[in-house]
Amino acid sequence: MGRAWKFADNVSTDLIAPGRYYHLRSNLPELAKHVLEDARPEFAANVKPGDFVVGGRNFGKGSSREHAPVIIRLAGTRAILAKSFARIFYRNCINIGLPAVVVDTDRIDEGDDLEIDLEKGIVSDRTKGIRLTFPALPAVMARILEEGGLVEYIRNHGDLVLSGA
Amino acid sequence: MPGQTIVEKILSRASGHTVRAGDIAIAKVDLAYVQDGTGPLTFRQMEKMGLVKAANPSRSVVFIDHAAPPARKELATDHVYLREFAAKTGMVLSDVGEGVCHQVAFEKYVRPGDVVIGADSHTVMGGAMGAFATGMGSTDVAVALALGKTWLRVPETLKFEIAGKFAKGVYSKDLILKVIGEIKTDGATYKAMEWGGPAIASMPMTERMVLSNMAIEAGGKCGPQPSDVETRRYLKEHGREDDWKEIRPDPDAGYEEVREHDASELEPMVARPPQEDNVVPVTDPSVKDLKIHQVYLGSCTNARYEDIQVFCDYMKGEKVAKGTRLIVVPASKEAYVRSMREGLFDLLLEAGATINPPGCGACPGVHMGVPGDGENVLSTTNRNYVGRMGNPAAFTYLASPATAAATAIHGAITDPREVK
Repeated sequence: MGRAWKFADNVSTDLIAPGRYYHLRSNLPELAKHVLEDARPEFAANVKPGDFVVGGRNFGKGSSREHAPVIIRLAGTRAILAKSFARIFYRNCINIGLPAVVVDTDRIDEGDDLEIDLEKGIVSDRTKGIRLTFPALPAVMARILEEGGLVEYIRNHGDLVLSGA
Repeated sequence: MPGQTIVEKILSRASGHTVRAGDIAIAKVDLAYVQDGTGPLTFRQMEKMGLVKAANPSRSVVFIDHAAPPARKELATDHVYLREFAAKTGMVLSDVGEGVCHQVAFEKYVRPGDVVIGADSHTVMGGAMGAFATGMGSTDVAVALALGKTWLRVPETLKFEIAGKFAKGVYSKDLILKVIGEIKTDGATYKAMEWGGPAIASMPMTERMVLSNMAIEAGGKCGPQPSDVETRRYLKEHGREDDWKEIRPDPDAGYEEVREHDASELEPMVARPPQEDNVVPVTDPSVKDLKIHQVYLGSCTNARYEDIQVFCDYMKGEKVAKGTRLIVVPASKEAYVRSMREGLFDLLLEAGATINPPGCGACPGVHMGVPGDGENVLSTTNRNYVGRMGNPAAFTYLASPATAAATAIHGAITDPREVK
């Protein structure tokens, strides 16, 4: 269970990990203190482990900086839910083991109590008493996520094999 | 079965199978690179994977361009790590002063038909060479560097068919801004944006690069273009004609959609904050005569010698308006040296410009031109998000080098067609 932190459409990686903190990229705990600062300044200090970042369309647009999903995860976020994701950001989330879920977020409001079942593909909004379903990840990404991310995947297999993909 | 798009052709070769849009492929990587903002995390991931090596050292490049030279000790120390890692693995180092990764990669390394994976979203610029070039995060690029391969979903292709001739004062930057304004910042998500038609065939390479560079601003995975006689000319000019080969889509290639534009109908465009699809013609009352505190001529998008030359054509005999700053950052050492040798620096300095060393400069908000609270910037770069140039309380407007020059002269957003 966790609380929904609701964001607008088109949250850019610049909003998530601002360029003015470029010098903190090798100090991720320090960078994480500024996560999403330009979208919601109160987020970093108040987010609790297990909370959800809930976006609209095109979440994570812009740069390839993997630091963006890394600091969202470091802040304790359980998963990012959005109507759609920018391509590089989406792949980065899975690669670092952070679930990025494409689901209709219109009915989720700020502060809603959420629960997620990744295997069954269900987000439960306990505040509203509704269940939202989402499609399974492509097989390749599902495997990388299951194994904890791409680093773990490579450590497990020693190669990019993707059989059954 | 329809023929193949440019991307399907390149990824078929690179994966050893005939692939179509929607297929998952493991592709051989022909060029992989990182920059100083993404490289340290890439290399730490390689260490965690137990893969401190490069599959193809001479085709693996470490660029130091985003904070070059570094403004802070943390950034300087990242550079130390990058140089040591490059030396240890045999990767090529492109150090402070060489220029922006995508520009230098284009001048020296990207070849037609290559699969190019870079840890920076504007890697897509390589598409102008007839390559499959895409940006990925640090961990994906760690795998590409160490193992020389990557997994990809073969993208569907949107074809942009461009006819007609560009009017005076109108450039490929205006075309791509017009397109992004229409399809929006997620209009090409997961897709290839392929360019073709007579206006592309007659377009110089340095203008084509702008179209591929900004594919990511519509969410595109890549921005491939044919490799043709102009590609060959560019490669010859850069001493590597042997790298040339022809790349074209099949005439009956299967496109998700074909969108047509007539270049002769275009006018100079401006993207207003807070994002690249908030586009209007330069004549729109919301931007016309808007006070600009800083004009920024820089970035991988529009700071090649040819861009600086266009800017100077407008600037000749003029001065930068009082109350406006002009910052020029050539995209690469090549652009810097050629601009200097051909007298463009003299012209710019006499007009009142500040010229910074080659690199990314203020475009990603790190240093050397971060705007102040409440200031408006007219920039030839690619993004105008809140905080992009380092200050969430400033406003960035995107336009071509010609519009930037007209604006610098008047201190307010100005239609370049009204100058001279």
